Amino acid sequence: MKMNVNNSKDEEIFPSVIASIDAHDLPEFPQDICIAAENIDFYYGSFQALKGVTLPIARKSVTAFIGPSGCGKSTFLRTINRMNDLIDGTRLTGKLTLDGEDLYDPRVDVVLLRKKVGMVFQKPNPFPMSIYDNVAYGPRIHGTKNRKELDALVEKCLHQSALWDEVKDKLKQSALALSGGQQQRLCIARALAVSPEVLLMDEPCSALDPNSTHRIELLINELRKDYTIVIVTHNMQQAARVSEYTGFFLKGEVKEFTTTQKIFSSPSQKETDDYINGRFG
Amino acid sequence: MALTITTSKSRPGDKIYLGVLGFSALVLFVLIVGIAATLAWQSRLSIQATGFKFVTLSVWDDAAGTYGIWPFLFGTLYSSLIALLLAVPISLGAAIFLAELCPKWLRTPITFLIELLAAIPSVVYGLWGIFVLTPFLRDKLMTPLADKKIPLFQGAGFGPSMLTAGVILAIMILPFITAVSRDILKAIPKAQREASYGLGGTKWETISKVVLPYSRSGIIGAVMLGLGRAFGETMAVTMVIGNQAAQTDSGISLNLFEPGYTMASALANKFNEAQPGLSTSALIEIGLVLFIVAVIINSCARLLVRLTGKSVNK
Amino acid sequence: MSLYAADSHVKLRRAQSLIMLSLCSVAALVGILVLGLVLYFLAARGLSHLNIKLFTVASGDGDGFAQSIRGTLQILGVACAIAVPIGILGGIYQQESKGKFANTVRFLTDVLNGIPSIVIGIFVYAALVLPISQAYPGKGYSGWAGGVALAIMMLPLIMRTTEEMLRLVPSALSEASLGLGATRWRTMLSVVLPAARGGILTGILLAVARVAGETAPLIFTILGNEFLGQMDGQVDALPLRLFKYATDVDEKHNQIAWAAALTLILMVLMMSIAARLTTRSRMQEDK
Repeated sequence: MKMNVNNSKDEEIFPSVIASIDAHDLPEFPQDICIAAENIDFYYGSFQALKGVTLPIARKSVTAFIGPSGCGKSTFLRTINRMNDLIDGTRLTGKLTLDGEDLYDPRVDVVLLRKKVGMVFQKPNPFPMSIYDNVAYGPRIHGTKNRKELDALVEKCLHQSALWDEVKDKLKQSALALSGGQQQRLCIARALAVSPEVLLMDEPCSALDPNSTHRIELLINELRKDYTIVIVTHNMQQAARVSEYTGFFLKGEVKEFTTTQKIFSSPSQKETDDYINGRFG
Repeated sequence: MALTITTSKSRPGDKIYLGVLGFSALVLFVLIVGIAATLAWQSRLSIQATGFKFVTLSVWDDAAGTYGIWPFLFGTLYSSLIALLLAVPISLGAAIFLAELCPKWLRTPITFLIELLAAIPSVVYGLWGIFVLTPFLRDKLMTPLADKKIPLFQGAGFGPSMLTAGVILAIMILPFITAVSRDILKAIPKAQREASYGLGGTKWETISKVVLPYSRSGIIGAVMLGLGRAFGETMAVTMVIGNQAAQTDSGISLNLFEPGYTMASALANKFNEAQPGLSTSALIEIGLVLFIVAVIINSCARLLVRLTGKSVNK
Repeated sequence: MSLYAADSHVKLRRAQSLIMLSLCSVAALVGILVLGLVLYFLAARGLSHLNIKLFTVASGDGDGFAQSIRGTLQILGVACAIAVPIGILGGIYQQESKGKFANTVRFLTDVLNGIPSIVIGIFVYAALVLPISQAYPGKGYSGWAGGVALAIMMLPLIMRTTEEMLRLVPSALSEASLGLGATRWRTMLSVVLPAARGGILTGILLAVARVAGETAPLIFTILGNEFLGQMDGQVDALPLRLFKYATDVDEKHNQIAWAAALTLILMVLMMSIAARLTTRSRMQEDK
């Protein structure tokens, strides 16, 4: 298997920070804001899952959300592409903007929104079709019919997600035959294929082994140049390795939001410090 | 077939116990073989007299001693086909509605209604067919179209007909196919739908390109099971099909308003007039043919489901 | 690209989605409407012709079907007496043989389940009724034969549910008993079977409800009777009477058929509800 060839090399360079992030140059709050949340309250029926969430998400960089289970970080992530719309009895107040446009304006077309804001889920969820058809699914529904165009796009996205070399000879085979890590990279390629601007990742590595996790992290580091990435993670080391900015969620509130470097070295809140140092979680 | 169970420690009590169990399981086997053998034995007169022509002959005439079931066989196939054509799109649509669109408060009453209707005996559907459906189709469809000469939509048109039988069968398998398909659609993982929505798919795109292909094998199975029911259905069909072969040389007609026969309805209908001997033997042979067809359909359904299931999971 | 101004392609897709989903809703509506019409006529016509006399007078004596109800209950009783013990034992066999022949047995239950009821009827006719009538002219059709036919239909249903219910019993339970040195039959009888009791009872009730309305097998076995008959001769059953009266030219009989249909459905329904209640009480026990 190809993955094993890279194994030893990867482990040697398993670094604490992958990204070539020049942490010292980062302002505490991002300058170029892609997504802005202002005072977001979110309810599942009568249960309030988010309380006054306010934070900025920087363009073409990685923002991580950390916090204990049930703190609202995934819920918040899912408000950005309005995935929560699919659940009955949910309600949102406050203002959430993408490039200055209100995402919850009644005129917003969720089809366009979700094309612009891609998502990668906790468990790899490839469709039970061929690898090619998985990547081509998005472009096809959005109207790309030309075979050559599709071929080129599929290849490009599989290159981007660092999967091309492993699957180029078996594009017609079922995606379900891939390993978990490969499936997740396929899901990333599938999300990239509709050329989104933002990529939401909901604990993308929680179902993967360390080696696959590392490969996904390397990939995220590559993608940061072109995409605004928001990642929810349980794994604080992961947040530290891949992100520029980190938000700490607790009981539906954002307790702290600042650069990743600062939040992990000198958090301003006691709860953040307690969580990061494993005193609860 | 050896139906013993190996035991690590053989105690006399357990030996008897396992023997009794094995015997009970054996009953099934004996029954199925027994059904085939008994039907074959009791129809031997007819088999000897008519041979394979039994399925190709178009005449069933007690006086002449000629027994052919081609019109019945055709009627079984044709009425089942009509039933599937009507029931499958409606059931699938309804299953999609129930699984994907239905508001919560409406779900329980509809589910209850479906279960209720699946429990109604076939003879009751037949009663409804005679007194409600048949006059309705006659007055609203057959009489207005009587002189229009539309292909298929013509024939005697006095009410009981192939169409009436097809419609009543469709109504009977509708709750069944809907319920099974809905369960299958509901079982599709949420992650699959989310993946499609997350890429900007509309609801219909998600259903048609992700949910339906994913559940293809199960839905085919549901339809085949519905077909199996339509095939062997007796009472409701007997009551509305007219029990009369078409007035053509071949004894069959594609015209929907023409009365007809199915194997099951012919069997139920001709039983009272049957004389001992060849006549009864020929009737029992219809039972034998139905038995064989039922076993073939069920095995095919199972095989098909297994094959499609494999291709999805590859 | 703005999120607000959908281009024509997105509008087209939205329209397509809306149209297809509307079609699905229409399909559901059509289905419900038709099925509603069935229920409406049953309730309306059945109720208007229902009266207490129907249950006390035999068809031969006047407007009633007393003999049919008694016949149905008797035949169902015989069917249960045959199918329940064999079905439960067969179900236990599938569980005990641990997959060895279980697949074969499961396949056979499926085959038996898929055989049309009319074939079961003609089988019992060919195997029981015909030989007896040939040996003893004037005999043959009997309530017993009807019971056998319905028992054959119940058998695969009971086997299947018994096996499923036994499989739900945690294996730790039987292992505990076996570990104490109990024999397998004692373990099954005093530990496993009681644990699955409620589920098996539900399965039996549902099987009875399912065959209670069967008509086709009875045409060939009990033949029907306008008066109270003996089980070893021609008897009547509610679905059979309903069939005869529905296809009768006598309008009075047609009306009684509607009442018989309603009665039959209520019987079936009561059994289904009873089955559901047993399941529910069992679930509460588990809590």
